[in-house]
Amino acid sequence: MNEVRPSEPTVDLLTDGNVRLTVNNREHVLNVDPWMTLLDVLRERLGLIGTKKGCDHGQCGACTVLIDGRRVNSCLILAIARDGGSVTTIEGLGSPDNMHPMQRAFVDCDALQCGYCTPGQICSAVGLLAEGNATTRDEIRELMSGNLCRCGAYTNITDAIESQLLPPPER
Amino acid sequence: MNRFDYVRASSIDDAIRALQRPGAKVLAGGTNLVDLMKYDVAKPSCVVDINRLPLGRIEALDDGGLRLGALVPNADAAYHDLVLQRAPLVASAILAGASPQLRNAATTGGNLLQRTRCFYFYDPDMPCNKRDPGSGCPAIGGVNRMHAILGASGACVAVHPSDMCVALAALDARINVIGPTGGRVIPMREFHRLPGTQPEIDTTLAADEVIMSVEFPPWNFGSHYTYIKVRDRLSYAFALVSVAATVRLEGDRIAEARLAMGGVAHKPWRDLEAERSLIGKRATPEAFESAAEMVLASAVGLTHNSFKIDLARRVIVRALEQASAGTPQSQTDKRIG
Repeated sequence: MNEVRPSEPTVDLLTDGNVRLTVNNREHVLNVDPWMTLLDVLRERLGLIGTKKGCDHGQCGACTVLIDGRRVNSCLILAIARDGGSVTTIEGLGSPDNMHPMQRAFVDCDALQCGYCTPGQICSAVGLLAEGNATTRDEIRELMSGNLCRCGAYTNITDAIESQLLPPPER
Repeated sequence: MNRFDYVRASSIDDAIRALQRPGAKVLAGGTNLVDLMKYDVAKPSCVVDINRLPLGRIEALDDGGLRLGALVPNADAAYHDLVLQRAPLVASAILAGASPQLRNAATTGGNLLQRTRCFYFYDPDMPCNKRDPGSGCPAIGGVNRMHAILGASGACVAVHPSDMCVALAALDARINVIGPTGGRVIPMREFHRLPGTQPEIDTTLAADEVIMSVEFPPWNFGSHYTYIKVRDRLSYAFALVSVAATVRLEGDRIAEARLAMGGVAHKPWRDLEAERSLIGKRATPEAFESAAEMVLASAVGLTHNSFKIDLARRVIVRALEQASAGTPQSQTDKRIG
């Protein structure tokens, strides 16, 4: 049995006490306390502060990232439990010079106001497209209900995602 | 969050052994346990991560039934062809709950073991018999709009929050569990319990038992099923009242009916007598009204939730109408037809 006992010598440790995470295609080996969430590891250990801490309880969706391609709330995931996983954050989707089509769509549709929820919205929207369960505007709205926007930019957020349901436009 | 030892189980035996430690808790998707730990409501001495165990399969059973592994993510179950064919009510109920992100992480077993969302339970500064036995129940006489109208006790008026479990109750699911002395099967109706004088105990699962899978008998209801969930906002909210209903018709008569409710009691609520009362009847609003009256005969309202009794009556009638008509409720278009 593999264990991490934080207060004891590293004899019977889970592997070597380290967590291997591939984040935005870069491999990391991190020694993390078992109670550290993936969100805190991303922000505080890897400096990837694009992923936001909103409610910290899985209710607002600001911390949404993709693990092995699936959207999840990183605030409710213990990093140690995802040893070996591959995480994509907003920084991994694109950059200002080379935006992901969903990032481009959010800009084009003015799908934000303050922008705090936007990284989570975009990661969630990318996950939604990959899941392939939304074909209509109503389905987008229902399947984006895990992402709150207190500025109320929902109409334009839905526009942005809807634009990406179609084949990608010429760029 | 408290400090804890972390054990990654590489076999079922590993997990059961680790669970012998007092205060050890199983971690699957973590969507409820990690949240409760952040609020200091759950303070496990040891977290037993079972995510590497081979409990993630969805399988057809030879008798026409279905088996869902304990670690199947809720989202995978909800969109899986076998589930849509052999337990469509379960798929519908899952999609009525939580958000896509949560459904991607939350598992079958974790859904069964999630705890109440009573706000007094969630607030360690308040007394709560469920969190701190003997400390009292401030929900009784407090803010209790979300709370129980059936089966509550003087010690606890919390409700079980799951949607999936309401469907499991309606379908007589069987829960396969394993512990130090071997495996056993817990019928869904016996899995969750009423609060009585021990509201701190949610289920009949022992502290050192692990859920392996959930099994469903063959599906005999065609499209005669529905799951209706009534809540304060249209998506991503817990039920005020939800109803799962299925019927099997022979001609214009009801040959079999199932009715389970969520958001109204400490466990998914079934009333076998009310179900039996429908057998042989025509599928009419009058028959449904009288079944609903039977279900709610023992309902008791608190300061803020008496409205749920009439609401539940109406939702039961509407659910039986939808099930009889073979027009399941859409979980996207929330208009109740």
